[in-house]
Amino acid sequence: MASTSSKTWVTPAGIIPVIIAGALFVLLLQALPAVANGDVLRYVWPWVPSLGVNISFVIDGLALMFGLLITGIGALVMLYSAKYLAGHPQQARFSLYLTSFMLAMLGVVLADNLLALFVFWELTTITSYLLIGFNHDSAKSRRSALQALLVTGTGGLALLAGIVLIGNVAGTFELSEIRAMPGVLTQSVFYLPILILVLLAAFTKSAQMPFHFWLPNAMAAPTPVSAYLHSATMVKAGIYLMARTHPSLAGTDVWLWTLTIAGAATMVFASVMALRQTDLKQALAYTTLMALGALTLLLANSSGYAITAAVVFLLMHSFYKAALFLVVGILDHQTGTRETTKLYGLGRAMPVTAFAAVLAGLSMAGLPPFLGFIAKELSYAGGVEAASSPWLVAGAFLIANALMFAIAAIVGYRPFFSKAGKKLENVTEAKWPMLAGPLVLAMLGAFFGIFPYWLQNSLIHPTVASILGSTVDAKDLHLWAGFNLPLVLSLATFALGFVLYAFSTPLRAMLIRIIDNGPNFDRGWDKLLAAVLAFAKWQTRVIQTGQLRFYIMATFITALVAMAGTMAIKQALVLPIVWTPVSLTDGMVFGLVITGTGLAIWTQSRITAIAGLGVVGIGIAMIFILYSAPDVAITQLLVETLIVVLFAVAALRLPSLGSEPLSKRWLDAAVAIGLGVTVTLIMLMVTAGPIDRSLSDFFEAASYPDAFGQNIVNVILVDFRALDTFGEVAVVLVAAIGVFALLRSKPEKDEA
Amino acid sequence: MKSIILIAGSRLLVALLTVFSVYMLLRGHNEPGGGFIGGLLAAVGFVIFAIACGTEDARKALRFRPASIAAVGLGMALFAGLMAAIWSDAFFTGQWLFINATPEDKGIPLSSVLIFDIGVYLVVLGSVLTIVFALEEEV
Repeated sequence: MASTSSKTWVTPAGIIPVIIAGALFVLLLQALPAVANGDVLRYVWPWVPSLGVNISFVIDGLALMFGLLITGIGALVMLYSAKYLAGHPQQARFSLYLTSFMLAMLGVVLADNLLALFVFWELTTITSYLLIGFNHDSAKSRRSALQALLVTGTGGLALLAGIVLIGNVAGTFELSEIRAMPGVLTQSVFYLPILILVLLAAFTKSAQMPFHFWLPNAMAAPTPVSAYLHSATMVKAGIYLMARTHPSLAGTDVWLWTLTIAGAATMVFASVMALRQTDLKQALAYTTLMALGALTLLLANSSGYAITAAVVFLLMHSFYKAALFLVVGILDHQTGTRETTKLYGLGRAMPVTAFAAVLAGLSMAGLPPFLGFIAKELSYAGGVEAASSPWLVAGAFLIANALMFAIAAIVGYRPFFSKAGKKLENVTEAKWPMLAGPLVLAMLGAFFGIFPYWLQNSLIHPTVASILGSTVDAKDLHLWAGFNLPLVLSLATFALGFVLYAFSTPLRAMLIRIIDNGPNFDRGWDKLLAAVLAFAKWQTRVIQTGQLRFYIMATFITALVAMAGTMAIKQALVLPIVWTPVSLTDGMVFGLVITGTGLAIWTQSRITAIAGLGVVGIGIAMIFILYSAPDVAITQLLVETLIVVLFAVAALRLPSLGSEPLSKRWLDAAVAIGLGVTVTLIMLMVTAGPIDRSLSDFFEAASYPDAFGQNIVNVILVDFRALDTFGEVAVVLVAAIGVFALLRSKPEKDEA
Repeated sequence: MKSIILIAGSRLLVALLTVFSVYMLLRGHNEPGGGFIGGLLAAVGFVIFAIACGTEDARKALRFRPASIAAVGLGMALFAGLMAAIWSDAFFTGQWLFINATPEDKGIPLSSVLIFDIGVYLVVLGSVLTIVFALEEEV
């Protein structure tokens, strides 16, 4: 891998995304002073006004923080991947996917209309699918991509259903208007369904248990993607959704306990799993899961400490986790391995990488004076006053944070400074485009840790205000908050974490033995997928017999049962039939149709049967003529002619009809007579009632003055209902292409 | 099935039916007819020709692949709908131009509606022939 670095990285495909991301970052940064002041910026364009769908964007604290993370980290990651993928044959495709993802994600966090949010949400799912499957010649990548798509896509569908419910209950799809009506959702009878659907979307997207299994697999994507999508941004879309809907949905026991349990379980499970991994990227993937669990756990509460902690935690996690992912990518790029058991003593060869890794690792470990320390103190403070169970929440945080401490050391310290293993030789430092990202992000964690005040007023407090409604409960950020319970818990974390790191190797061996023999979600997923496919196969075998006769029979029986059943249940059968004398012409046409029908039924020759059907068709055309509908009659005649010709051409090659067993024909006769009688009865009842002529009158009156045509049928076809006609002719063409393809794709000789 | 009478007769019929189909197409706005009927008529003509002389000759007489004719027709219909955008009207609003119009007489009316109907004509003609030719060649 190291040899590719000779290629230039300054290519349009590499640079354009960086420029786009950078420009958007600067653009968003200009909103910072207004947002810091407590203003909310709103931009609205009508999209489908008749459905109440607007393209509306809101920039408040929450949106701005996410927006800055997305564009800022985006710019750094894109700069990094310009170098990481330099010379890759599909670099342009990669850049396109990554840029599309960035714009979609930006749409999610800025959208104020729930339906627009949904569209962007799905776009992030699709771009994520494309990016995970970027190495599409690897079966593992394809499987991971599909898994992520199906899991998050399911959540997306749930979100759509939830949004529709919210729109019905609140009467609007604008988030800002829904937030302005406190209790409109929580006191609705639909609260529980809405909550379940929205949380399903959030939990699948943010990989909460039991939907967590797709995220570690998503690491099949190139490392910049893992850093960007599956750590810093996309997986936080679920967190964003929970934070965004917090004012409207939180505050109930269901919300509190669901989020607490899912968050705590994910957090503890993920941090244990992280220690088990030997692949550094996999270890980081599980720590991301841990962070998502922690954020869910914090968002369960409505207290100032918990929400402030969630915001700070989110910010600092994006900093250090993206930095560490990029560091692991550098290690992979420069040495060719990500195994913790092989990487030792690289500090001297890669001083800049090591510096960034140590800074990010210290923030992750939660040591002062880094932002990670502040976040950890705040989460302990939020935990001990949790409304659910302080012991549970603080205890879960203690375990998870101690494990984070150990893993931070494994990722940020061991590959560079540990002398426990063989030192790797002939390793060179990466080039600056790859170093810029981790370095900037790691230093931000340190900078904001030492100077939290500026961050607090510009971003943290406005974001807390977006979630809680005001800055009244927002807590201040301090490195030294006095000697209190959170500090004691922090010290306990460090001690426990240090012990865990010291014994990490034997612990890992033990975990591998336990975990690999336990239940496995990933294998369960495979079983589920196989079961769905087996069901689909069974159902296709039963329903799709491939016999036209079966399909027609099924269609007719369904129609018969639906119509006759409805008539019976509704007791709609009335027979106000007035017998009028039948004219001679009517009688002759009737005789013609009956004769044609009889011929088609009794003959054994296909050609005769087709000619019989043609007679029926011509009889019907004559009825149209008698009742002055010449256009319909002409069309009917021509179509009838063509059908006879088409059938005749095909029938030449088909065997004679032969005589069928009587039992089969009895069923045919029963269905045919039943359907015929039912439809006739319905027609008689419909025509007995007064006919609504408002449409006919309108077309008669408007046809000439408005559309300059005297043939109403044609004017309707080409003018009033032109869109319908357009759809119909498109269907005609598609059908023709379908027939053509069917006829031309001959089966193999041995199958035929 | 090669029959001299059928071949000679079909030549005449194709010509007549094609001309008649255009007549039906153009008069459709005020009297029975229109793109759908016209397209079917023209298709019937070529189907007869194909039965009499074989699809190879019929394809030659048609000059273009039937599927292409249908595709062009669909494109024309779409174009007729999009034309309305030039005058900031809704999709498929009919646009009219009356040449040599006097207060009593409308002159020669040209419209996007006519373009649309020609599109329908071509789609129907092309689609039916696509199916019939493929069927005949298959059998």
